[in-house]
Amino acid sequence: MLTNFFRNLRALPFAILLIFATALPVLAGPFEDAVAKFANDEFSDTEEAIGVLATGGNSLAYAIISALQDGRLMADPDTKKVYVTQPDGKAIDAATGAPVASIPDSATAVRLNNRLRRAVEAALGGLTLLSPDPAKRIQAAQSVFKTHDETMLPVIDGALQKETNKGAKLAFTEARAAILLFKPDATDAEKLEAIATIKARGDQEALALLTGLTGDQPPAIARAAANATSAIQSNLALWSTVQNAWYGLSLGSVLLLAAIGLAITFGVMGVINMAHGEMVMIGAYVTFMVQEIIRTSYPGLFDYSLLMAVPLAFIVAGAIGILIERSIIRFLYGRPLETLLATWGLSLVLQQAVRTMFGPTNREVGSPSWMSGAFEIGQITITYNRLWILCFTLAVFAILLAMLRFTSLGLEMRAVTQNRRMAASMGIATSRVDALTFGLGSGIAGIAGVALSQIDNVSPNLGQSYIIDSFMVVVFGGVGNLWGTLVGAFTLGIANKFLEPVAGAVLGKIAILVLIILFIQKRPRGLFALKGRAVEA
Amino acid sequence: MLTQLTHDIARPLSRRRWLAATAGLVLGLAAFTTARAADDTIKVGVLHSLSGTMAISETTLKDTVLFLIDEQNKKGGVLGKKLEAVVVDPASNWPLFAEKARELITKDKVAVVFGCWTSVSRKSVLPVFKELNSILFYPVQYEGEESERNVFYTGAAPNQQAIPAVDYLMKDEKVKRWVLAGTDYVYPRTTNKILEAYLKSKGVKQEDIMINYTPFGHSDWQTIVADIKKFGSTGKKTAVVSTINGDANVPFYKELGNQGIKATEIPVVAFSVGEEELAGIDTKPLLGHLAAWNYFQSIKTPENEKFIKAWQAYTKNPKRVTNDPMEAHVIGFDMWVKAVEKAKSVDADKVIDALPGTEAKNLTGGTSKMLPNHHITKPVFIGEIKANGQFDVVWKTPGLVAGDAWSKELEGSKDLIGDWVGKKCGNYNTKTNKCGGQGS
Repeated sequence: MLTNFFRNLRALPFAILLIFATALPVLAGPFEDAVAKFANDEFSDTEEAIGVLATGGNSLAYAIISALQDGRLMADPDTKKVYVTQPDGKAIDAATGAPVASIPDSATAVRLNNRLRRAVEAALGGLTLLSPDPAKRIQAAQSVFKTHDETMLPVIDGALQKETNKGAKLAFTEARAAILLFKPDATDAEKLEAIATIKARGDQEALALLTGLTGDQPPAIARAAANATSAIQSNLALWSTVQNAWYGLSLGSVLLLAAIGLAITFGVMGVINMAHGEMVMIGAYVTFMVQEIIRTSYPGLFDYSLLMAVPLAFIVAGAIGILIERSIIRFLYGRPLETLLATWGLSLVLQQAVRTMFGPTNREVGSPSWMSGAFEIGQITITYNRLWILCFTLAVFAILLAMLRFTSLGLEMRAVTQNRRMAASMGIATSRVDALTFGLGSGIAGIAGVALSQIDNVSPNLGQSYIIDSFMVVVFGGVGNLWGTLVGAFTLGIANKFLEPVAGAVLGKIAILVLIILFIQKRPRGLFALKGRAVEA
Repeated sequence: MLTQLTHDIARPLSRRRWLAATAGLVLGLAAFTTARAADDTIKVGVLHSLSGTMAISETTLKDTVLFLIDEQNKKGGVLGKKLEAVVVDPASNWPLFAEKARELITKDKVAVVFGCWTSVSRKSVLPVFKELNSILFYPVQYEGEESERNVFYTGAAPNQQAIPAVDYLMKDEKVKRWVLAGTDYVYPRTTNKILEAYLKSKGVKQEDIMINYTPFGHSDWQTIVADIKKFGSTGKKTAVVSTINGDANVPFYKELGNQGIKATEIPVVAFSVGEEELAGIDTKPLLGHLAAWNYFQSIKTPENEKFIKAWQAYTKNPKRVTNDPMEAHVIGFDMWVKAVEKAKSVDADKVIDALPGTEAKNLTGGTSKMLPNHHITKPVFIGEIKANGQFDVVWKTPGLVAGDAWSKELEGSKDLIGDWVGKKCGNYNTKTNKCGGQGS
């Protein structure tokens, strides 16, 4: 069945040319029969129908197949009528193209499975090789590169001659090279040129193509292919190092973001705050609430939801932080064990409170469009959400640093943490500063929750998974030093990502913990130890 | 007692008198309720975590049992007595599971327990159920290699989920290269061991299998997803078989979507991702990825539609989803009720003997049967994730599949069977004809 379909598909480009030439709907029996098959709700029938449509040369074929891909093709199982709903909400009868007023309620979207989705993509790929949109042409050429179907060669050659777009031209050239490489009657010169083109592309798919070459090649070609393969491989190995470094930076930024708040409450104030993770979680739930309100009331603003959530999360988490400091922690200063137990208990209380309020299941936090997807630099893929989180983390860090350095609250905070009694005798209201500092740390944890909601589950357990890592970063970087936290987070992130491909995720994590233990033995105060009398106080 | 108290209240109370009176009242009430309970209700234990990591999955199962008890009581209960739920919270803490199980059986004197999710929690309560001779219904798909007299496994054994899923990918999607990705604990490790042996028996070479384990709650999937992408770009069709545990799935799928791995290129078939898990994800990038289960909410049968309607009415939430382990509890509960009625008693020994052979309608239109190895027969479905967070069934087994307690793929267990009817043994070796092989 599948092979049959693809055989049909090969005639596709010509069929399309025919459509463009005549531009007349051919109202013949087979087309309508095929369209009616969509209503049978059987995958095999749908597949047949796609095959007939792709080769039948009806002008409605493109509309029907693209509607099928987007789930806009509706079929009524009772009357066997099939409808195409246009993106603007209007509907047409798929068999005749005539507009219809409304689709009956019994009509449901025609179902697809992966095999059919591939068939649809192939059919559309053939249809879009001549699309006016260069991005679509490039995409279509890429899929030809992968399938290297030699019946596509005339179309590619034709397209290549007319092509003016640089990117599309390259894609067509590569697709042509892929076809020639596998074409049995291509000359050796053509094949050598093809290998050079593919080598220049140099990615994983080029490698797959070259390694897929059969062994019965003439020696010159086999040698060229082997050289190209090893060149690509060493190139890819280099890129994979760059990729690991990027992944490390990205993981480091997440660690840093989770730990900055703790660097304030634990690092600067010295409170062993086990409820830090729960502040992160609260920030994530604030994001969820903001998105819920936007979804129901102002769906147009969805792309700005995270920007709105940031200040709100800061205020909510910060307020809860101040409340905690005023009601619990201020009675426990200088008693680390009790603080540890109290905040640990508090973290359980907060978790269960959120579980009772929002339910134990994950909550859906969507990604705005500017945080979805990825782009490629050379041979590595960089996802937008990770990139934005990295930028965001650095921004938060810079703002925090500036705040501590240049505002009077920052000055008071540093004064109180360096020498509480002296600060008090200089007229600083130390207990007020304590509350504000704790609130600041908690608020920043809340902001971290907004960002982490993009890459992790929004569930009551969200915070638990970050608390250990956060302490690790702060202790490793040096307690009381924000720069230490920064360097610590990125060091751990990068080390982890370089260990992971070698040792696996589980062992990699263990290895990091062992390394930290050894490091702390050697330098108990972390990377950047505070010096001076303040430390001993 | 009451008149005494009213009399006391009429006078100003000294602190001591007041305390004594209250204590008396409390004691009296407590005695009263227990006495009443012992007389005309049958107690059903619910042992699911309501807090901690596993609350995400298990809370729903607690609600399911309460719902089933409620429905049964509307029909008049069992043996003319009302059912009464005793809910405890083992808080995702494995040793606490054993403690709470003991409490349910000895203190509350429950007739049966519905509970556990993770294999480690089941292993932790096993000795308790054996020692105190009670009954546990376990509703979750698991790694197999176990058949206990006191436990009834209503979830899928590996041959009722993992193997059919791999078969589907091999035949329908022509997959040649396999990534077995899982969370690092007993269920994925055993399942992957079974799958690896199975794939090799089908002629898949070692270099075409990549096995990868990650810690619980793993959230940074960049490296692994990039590895999968690399592994899958050799030109051979590749698929991922995921035994990744609940919480880590969301970031995993998000990373797949962000790195642009589409289901048409590298499909992921998951054994632990159901409707509940998808409720927390933006499912658009997941379109077409697969899950293998014995039940999907989207399956259209009169039984299922009736169940979903009643469930949503009971939970007062018209969007509340249903899932596979819930259906397992529905079947298990029904079987238990039937067995009790057949045995005319809630006595554990009598019910355990009555259960094998009991049949119950499953929600997907078939009739499941309790087998002598304490597993049940189930249909297997492969579903594709749809944009609305539901599954679209793309394939199912022709009939019901009988659960194997011991995997036929593994060297150590292929000769073993569980048979609590004829042989009275959970690990009977058919080669040596002796009870007691590997395992318990």
